[in-house]
Amino acid sequence: MRTEPYIVLSAILFTIGCVGVLVRRNAIVVFMCVELMLNASNLALVTFAKANGNLEGQIAAFFVMVVAAAEVVVGLAIIMTIFRTRRSASVDDASLLKY
Amino acid sequence: MTAFWCLAPVMVAAALGILFVRKAVHAAMLLAVVMISLAVLYAALDAPFLFAVQIIVYTGAILMLFLFVLMLVGVDASDSVVETIPGQRVMAAILGLLLGAVLVVGISQVTFGAVIGLDDANEGGNVPQLANLLFSKYVFAFETTSALLITAAIGAMVLAHRERLTPKETQADAANRRMQEYADTGRHPGPLPAPGVFARHNAVDTPALLPDGTTSEASISRVLAARGTVRSAPALADDIDVVQRQLGHHDDRGYEPDADVPTTDEQEGSK
Repeated sequence: MRTEPYIVLSAILFTIGCVGVLVRRNAIVVFMCVELMLNASNLALVTFAKANGNLEGQIAAFFVMVVAAAEVVVGLAIIMTIFRTRRSASVDDASLLKY
Repeated sequence: MTAFWCLAPVMVAAALGILFVRKAVHAAMLLAVVMISLAVLYAALDAPFLFAVQIIVYTGAILMLFLFVLMLVGVDASDSVVETIPGQRVMAAILGLLLGAVLVVGISQVTFGAVIGLDDANEGGNVPQLANLLFSKYVFAFETTSALLITAAIGAMVLAHRERLTPKETQADAANRRMQEYADTGRHPGPLPAPGVFARHNAVDTPALLPDGTTSEASISRVLAARGTVRSAPALADDIDVVQRQLGHHDDRGYEPDADVPTTDEQEGSK
């Protein structure tokens, strides 16, 4: 097994997630892209755990998953609240602070 | 590495698909593909516990949550194609390419050394070894996550909670309202008619027939009517001819005992 391909795949997925956050306008899809970035970092952590021969990387990936779950719950609740008040899940419509 | 080279193109393609599909549901499906592929990669990387957690928590719980919210928000809420900031897409693409290039070049500059492997670390099982670490070295972080999860649960409840602004309508109120509507507008106070039940079709897209042969608009969902997928009862009547023609020669022999079919006695005897 070689480490580099896994890390490069992780970097590619992270980049795609990053571009997705910048490009997509639907708040839910933006959120999915954030999840993609978290998953990409998890892949790197698990790969390094194997490369270094200890389980600390897997523990870190586990904590990332816990935090991601909590973050998704709160984030989706916020999206729901915004949708309820503004009837739109687009990130462009939530611009009250601008005016 | 076989699993990796099989799954890596699929994952990259699915992740790119998230960027380009218009509908959020399709993006969720593509994300599911990425996450399940990642789970398989975890299994290949000697992380069976994370393999299970990835499938249960990410694919099972988080993606279902996404789909639930999509259903609440409206599945057809597509992305707007209007750019609020001019040239944002191009700038984002350039930025993404730059970031990817920097990451890949940076990674290629590093020597990772030989892979040690997890055979020693997973001695006695991956889950017991993870538990050993989790409940000794990382026990404080683990306990802190409980506070995080409680906060998240309460936060979601507070955010999703809606104060009732009007008093709840009781059954008596509903009855009174219906009778009032009947007096004012003549709207039928009873329940709406059920969809039509015909010999060959009883789905919800078949309108019920009124005594005079016309269809009842109230018996089908407004959504189906708006989409134009409502079947018409006269069209079903036309179907009867087609079906009879298809089944025509079967009908002729309908009452004759068929010689090819063995009787019960013959079947018993052959055994």
